[in-house]
Amino acid sequence: MSDLFSSSSSDLPAGLDNEKELQEFLLVEREKAKLQAQIHEFADICWDKCVDKPSTKLDSRTETCMLNCVDRFIDVSLLITNRFAQMLQKSAGGY
Amino acid sequence: MDSLSASNISSAQRDELMETVKQQIAVANAQELLTKMTEKCFKKCVSKPGASLDSSEQKCVSMCMDRYMDSWNLVSKAYGERIQRERNRN
Repeated sequence: MSDLFSSSSSDLPAGLDNEKELQEFLLVEREKAKLQAQIHEFADICWDKCVDKPSTKLDSRTETCMLNCVDRFIDVSLLITNRFAQMLQKSAGGY
Repeated sequence: MDSLSASNISSAQRDELMETVKQQIAVANAQELLTKMTEKCFKKCVSKPGASLDSSEQKCVSMCMDRYMDSWNLVSKAYGERIQRERNRN
């Protein structure tokens, strides 16, 4: 990634190369694990919102509901984050 | 600072560690899915627990499992698409 301040990796001993590769691998895997945890949470929330009685397939209404549920949840999360930040800024500005 | 001393791992060790990590993540993921499905499908399919799990309840649980996995995949797709859209916006 940012190699601005480190010397080029090609002159590192092999053991260090392995270590670096491992660290990058772990960073990527951690991001993937976070994404999956988020998907589990969305599935949990949206299942409760959208699915009535389980049948032989998800009908199109339920499918649309699931897809919208994810997007609206993210919208709400963004909205609250932004509004909360504004509130903090306002109250900090009072001093 | 002295990460140098701890970093002499061989390529084989590195590959082994990567494989272990991948497997552990996969197991944790499967366990999470299993826990959620059990909880959700118990809620949906067993409203009044009887002396045994009757056949209609069993049928409901099977369908519920399949639908939960469908839902999981749909959510995964929707989330992936949203992330893509947010990236393109910035």
